[in-house]
Amino acid sequence: MGVIHVTDREGQRHTLEAIEGWRVMEIIRDWGLPIEGLCGGACECATCHVFVAEEWIPKLYPATEEEEDQLDTVVTQPNSRLSCQILWTPELDGLEVTLAPTGT
Amino acid sequence: MTDNIETDVVIIGAGPVGLFAVFELGLLDIKCHVVDILPKVGGQCAELYPEKPIYDIPGFPMVTGQGLVDNLMAQIEPFHPTFHLNEMVESVESIGTPEAPRFRVKTSENETTFICKSLIIAAGGGSFQPKKPPIENIEAYEGTGVFYAVRHMQMFRDKKVLIVGGGDSALDWTVNLQPIAKRLTLLHRRDAFRAAPHTVEKMRSLVASGDMDLHLGQVASLKGEAPVLEGAVIRKDDGSTFEVDCDVMLPFFGLTMKLGPIAEWGLNLHENLIPVDTEKFETNVPGIFAIGDINTYPGKLKLILSGFHEGALAAQKVHRYVYPEKKLLFQYTTSSTSLQKKLGVAA
Repeated sequence: MGVIHVTDREGQRHTLEAIEGWRVMEIIRDWGLPIEGLCGGACECATCHVFVAEEWIPKLYPATEEEEDQLDTVVTQPNSRLSCQILWTPELDGLEVTLAPTGT
Repeated sequence: MTDNIETDVVIIGAGPVGLFAVFELGLLDIKCHVVDILPKVGGQCAELYPEKPIYDIPGFPMVTGQGLVDNLMAQIEPFHPTFHLNEMVESVESIGTPEAPRFRVKTSENETTFICKSLIIAAGGGSFQPKKPPIENIEAYEGTGVFYAVRHMQMFRDKKVLIVGGGDSALDWTVNLQPIAKRLTLLHRRDAFRAAPHTVEKMRSLVASGDMDLHLGQVASLKGEAPVLEGAVIRKDDGSTFEVDCDVMLPFFGLTMKLGPIAEWGLNLHENLIPVDTEKFETNVPGIFAIGDINTYPGKLKLILSGFHEGALAAQKVHRYVYPEKKLLFQYTTSSTSLQKKLGVAA
């Protein structure tokens, strides 16, 4: 067991219990924070876009070409990732992410 | 031109669940028209993941999104549904009674008006619309300096045009508008493009010959007194910024789904979903049904197979509205000659 820290679009930080084998998108969605995850984790919609705290970037598997293609459809920062493509493992205990803004 | 169409049922959404509803209604001799905002049938299956394998459709160990749509189209072919693609249902007006519902349904810009006895909403996550980037005050420039689609190329003649994105739409419009624009700039987050290789090559040669500009970065903010756009501030990955002069910006960030006008039809909503009962999948408005991902009820699972079940049950109640005098006989396609006749397979 472990946790992730998620800062929502109002700047409030939430500490969520994480479950091994769940995608970070699924953890955020299951706790009821506003993340759309329209395509259900198929890496096809980029509505689960998050910014990952710099210190955690090297601990993640790098984005696949497929994820990069989807990141092309949102306004990114260098620390942008799709949270459906981050599988939570105990090594990610304490992972810090921020929900990216969404257009209207 | 306004068409007026009288039919039994209008189905909103040509995704897998809307398509299968055509089948279930067809078996009960109920005629329908299907409206979808996309230019093709299939909904998310065809638009978001046509090549992705699906493993939980009963009877298909594996089928792709497009494969499922193709099979559903073959399955409903005997019922000859009429499709109205590239159209969005804008308004729904009740013109009947709770016992004998009737609706006047109008699509975008009044292109089509339907008079129907029931309405089935199978709209998934809503209607597909261009994704708007989260840039402060972007709405204030929409329609004057910011466009999410090109309707008339000539609007951009002699304009300084900024195109944002790296997919087919961005690249196609880059090479198409470059000859008529005063100056064309393409902005993308990285030096890789997921568009047709020959279009990317064409863009690269235009950049090499100095006939257009390519920048890497993201739009941080817009300049100019709204609604007149004068430029964009671009942020590079290293955090530095620079400005690009432009009269118009065309962001091509793909499609997303929005609930859209459904929210204005007098239906109860719960977190952008439509609550229904689990006997008939009817909404709070008699005669309006919601099936598939767009509905909610205790225990709801957003699975395609759930939507198929929901469509079958909704069709039973629709039958009572369409044929109030007729008793509905429950039949199987394996044994019923009358159903087999409808399917065109009777011996």
